[in-house]
Amino acid sequence: MKYLLALILGILAGVALFAVGLTYNPFIGKPRLSPLTVTDLQTLSLSYSGVAADGILTTNDGESRVHPYPEKVLQLWEAAIRQTTASVKLLRDGRDQVAGLGIKFSSLSEATRLLQGKALVDSIWYVYLPGRGGMFIEQTENYWEYLREVAIPAYRSSADTWTGTWLGNITAGPGALGTARVTGGSGEFAGMETLGLESLSVRAWRVEGGPVAAEGNLLIELPRESADDLAPETLNTDEPEAEARATEE
Amino acid sequence: MFPVVDLHREVSLISVEPNGGNRETFHINLPVDRIMVGTAGQKTGLPPGLEWPQDDVMAGISAELFKLRNERDVVIGVAARTVAREAGSDVINWVLHLPARGSIFVNMEPDAKEGGHRIGRFRAGSKEFSTLSGFVAERWVPDRSGEEDAPAGRIELLATYVSTPEPLE
Repeated sequence: MKYLLALILGILAGVALFAVGLTYNPFIGKPRLSPLTVTDLQTLSLSYSGVAADGILTTNDGESRVHPYPEKVLQLWEAAIRQTTASVKLLRDGRDQVAGLGIKFSSLSEATRLLQGKALVDSIWYVYLPGRGGMFIEQTENYWEYLREVAIPAYRSSADTWTGTWLGNITAGPGALGTARVTGGSGEFAGMETLGLESLSVRAWRVEGGPVAAEGNLLIELPRESADDLAPETLNTDEPEAEARATEE
Repeated sequence: MFPVVDLHREVSLISVEPNGGNRETFHINLPVDRIMVGTAGQKTGLPPGLEWPQDDVMAGISAELFKLRNERDVVIGVAARTVAREAGSDVINWVLHLPARGSIFVNMEPDAKEGGHRIGRFRAGSKEFSTLSGFVAERWVPDRSGEEDAPAGRIELLATYVSTPEPLE
């Protein structure tokens, strides 16, 4: 009997140590600063609600943490798409005005390696901004920091809820410097090849349902010729350097 | 080490064209595979409860989401088709997302060809499609089987992965 007890205690201690080691793995480096946050080119900033019920539509296999919205939407239960989420978002510009439509398809990535701090999702965005054009964004996202700093604390909380302020870049590739690949499709963006970055800002997260208060942001670096063509209100010219450059031009 | 995600894969049904390119056919059974129809001013959206934005900015955009099937009628991905009015003509785009394989972004020609089909060109792709160029032809095929539970028809997407400059007619 005492051997069985020791075995059970040993297994429990091992599982606990593994969980702690996984969460606080000292060999996992901190995420690097994205080159897009310090670019000297102009950027296009588009924000959207990170809460499914505040978007236009979200669907998945129906058993995921985030519930499909609207409630009666067709669910992605078939084997090939069971690990996929489709969402449609209203995009807003830097002045909080409606800028266009964003459709995102994301699927869990087989390159996920939790022991290496990689909780990866392969995703694409199709973004259409009326009067300006459309673009396709391809990226690999890493949710490791998000899981570690938001989701796991929520599970540990007696209220099954996390509140606070978490802001992080989730784009981790395919660009070597952790940037998304952006291809222009039509209008002012036709022929454009550039970089992008998606970030998340979370203020509340619940075990049942996921984000309660969250906002996402897409940052697109504009090649100089595209930036010259764009209407000024879409540009993120908060940086003094960008403002000065716009004035010079 | 310790992979935790294992995506389901269906066998790719690709045929080789005489010119050396590859061809693959996808389709969408309607109405069963339609996930969303969003357009300004619609009275009843799909799915029920959909609130399509009524902002003036969004007036010229419509979007549809579908499940995507292979030649064996197995669902292998999801797709979006958007139409927007731009400079006097329609901008029609398809995005096909096959989780285990990658995604394709296709820009369609605004005008349909004779016979009702429309052709579009690959603009970008991810994963296994990232190095491919080619074309996609879309057409509506009504169901003529007469079966009671048959779909009304299907949207057929014929993808041609080629390096030649001309699309298949």
